[in-house]
Amino acid sequence: MEFNFFFQYLLSGLTRGSIYALIALGYTMVYGIVKLINFAHGEIYMIGAFTALIVSGVLGMYGIDPVVTFMIAITAAVVYSAAYGVTLEKIAYAPLRKAPRLSALISAIGMSMFLQNYVLLAQTSDFLPFPDLLPEFKFLEPIKSILSTNQFLILVTTAVVMVLLTFLIKFTRTGKAMRATAQDREMAQLVGININRVISITFVIGSATAAIGGVLISSQIGQINFYIGFIVGIKAFVAAVLGGIGSIPGAVLGSFVLGITESFGTGYISSDYEDAFAFIILIVILIFKPSGLLGRKTTEKV
Amino acid sequence: MKKFTKLFIVALAFIAAVSLTSCKEKEAGTIKIGVAGPHSGDLASYGIPTVRAAELVVEKINAAGGINGSMIELLVEDDVCKPEIAANTAAKMVGDGVVAVIGHICSGATKAAMGTYMDSEIPAISPSATNPPLTQSGDYPNFFRTIAPDDAQALVEVEFAYAQGYKKIAVLHDKGDYGKGFAEFCKILLESDTKAEIVLYEGITPGAVDYTAIINKIASSGADAIIFGGYHPEASKLITQMKKKDMNLAFLSDDGVKDDTFIKVASKYAEGVYATGPIDTTSNPLAIAAVEAHQAKYGEAPGAFFLNAYSAALALVNAIDVADSVEYADITNALRSNYVDTPLGSISFDEKGDAIGVGFAIYQVQNGVYVELK
Repeated sequence: MEFNFFFQYLLSGLTRGSIYALIALGYTMVYGIVKLINFAHGEIYMIGAFTALIVSGVLGMYGIDPVVTFMIAITAAVVYSAAYGVTLEKIAYAPLRKAPRLSALISAIGMSMFLQNYVLLAQTSDFLPFPDLLPEFKFLEPIKSILSTNQFLILVTTAVVMVLLTFLIKFTRTGKAMRATAQDREMAQLVGININRVISITFVIGSATAAIGGVLISSQIGQINFYIGFIVGIKAFVAAVLGGIGSIPGAVLGSFVLGITESFGTGYISSDYEDAFAFIILIVILIFKPSGLLGRKTTEKV
Repeated sequence: MKKFTKLFIVALAFIAAVSLTSCKEKEAGTIKIGVAGPHSGDLASYGIPTVRAAELVVEKINAAGGINGSMIELLVEDDVCKPEIAANTAAKMVGDGVVAVIGHICSGATKAAMGTYMDSEIPAISPSATNPPLTQSGDYPNFFRTIAPDDAQALVEVEFAYAQGYKKIAVLHDKGDYGKGFAEFCKILLESDTKAEIVLYEGITPGAVDYTAIINKIASSGADAIIFGGYHPEASKLITQMKKKDMNLAFLSDDGVKDDTFIKVASKYAEGVYATGPIDTTSNPLAIAAVEAHQAKYGEAPGAFFLNAYSAALALVNAIDVADSVEYADITNALRSNYVDTPLGSISFDEKGDAIGVGFAIYQVQNGVYVELK
């Protein structure tokens, strides 16, 4: 019996970790390439969820099969969020590429507020129900209390996204260009890499994974509003820092450490201190490894 | 300048003469009732509706010949919601010879004034002071109120849980003032006897991405019912995720969840959820008439605590009428032993001064709407 609970908390921690990972990837990739903390990233997640809600609402009116609707909705969310991500970069960050880093950071915070309020005005401040599109998987029926269909989907999707991303970065030309840009932007430019294109691709990938996370978690909790991106964004940012910002495996590891800590903290101590556990673990790790779990040591050039 | 001073003196004399004669006229058969509350300052919007309610009731009674031939006169005094001023307000009204007071409005000011009324044996009915000890401490047998105390929701909730036979209860809250306050009142009540046991008492983080861990914890606690203090977004997340895991515990919550948005968001999972909410008075003909009278006289919809104040005034007038006396013991007895029809329904007062028939009822989601359980 005890082991059963342990397993439940572990799985709920992994689910949380997967969600954080999908969003943390965007933070860490953008940071790796342009050295910018994109605080509007949580809003991209929220826009993904809203797009899926609107698309599935429209398709639902035509009586299209829920599973097909879900597929179309998630695709639309990915495309739309990616477009937002790229536009964001072109409007708010590209003009500031040569400016001090603080300026770009302020620009990011401004975009975050702008997007939140834009969705608030264009949509509503109310909580909206997110449709329950996916059928319960039959093979999960016996272990439903331990692993729900949505949790299962979140875990599988995250794993697939991780594998694809690793493949992209390790084995493709684009991945190579991205790694080169991350190492030294000017040198990459000198050897003929179109860094504007690389940066755009980074924003596309980061926004797409965030949109997938947004759709998956919204269908898990069944509701969204304009503010959901904020808390998730902060948590995912913590996860990215925990793992070592700039490092992709680090973001994933940091997310799982954070998710599992929160879940076990809730399970064995008290959910009153859920957020406290997240930040205690951050502080402890940063004391011993200031660059994060898998972060590279950088010599600061002042 | 001289002319002006002369005019002023004449005017003063005139006013004095008028007020003197009017005093004399009324001395024979007027009943003075005080109305105290904030009528200026930041919180005036809480006090003014009570003055208007009292005026409307008194106009109606006086137009119909008063109470057994005696006209009612209102003495309206401002306490600005401040305890230090309320004590003076009370002393002034006692000095002016009121037989009873409608007010005060704020709990702090009410408490400060009650001692003065107690010493002079004057009953007071508040339409809005919700602080529980005002009645429950037993310090003020002259205090009555036509609003449910802060812990009334918890009391209704816990009584309902007992009636349903739940033995193991998980009490959760959203760590906010409202939700946690409610949960704490429930906890105190549940711990005060042995009818049910609290198997889990925890706060959850509003806005978290997922509540699976806390739901697993509820499942492992063996609870047969959950009492949740908080608002509908977290409630709908909890209930949705629980039902998806086939956990069919009873879910009891508060007025923050008795909101149509909860049903809209949780849709089919909301079915069967219990929530406490104020007893519905919108279809009460007296309430409709009172609101219409206010609209006719003041040209706007009534403000805060209007119906509570209207009911307080009616209850007081009725008590004086039934007792046919303005003595303290007679009025308080009549308040406690008679039911009177008011905009809040048929009400009376218990030993401690809380209104019977006012407050909260249990609602349940049935076929997508909240239905009051009788």
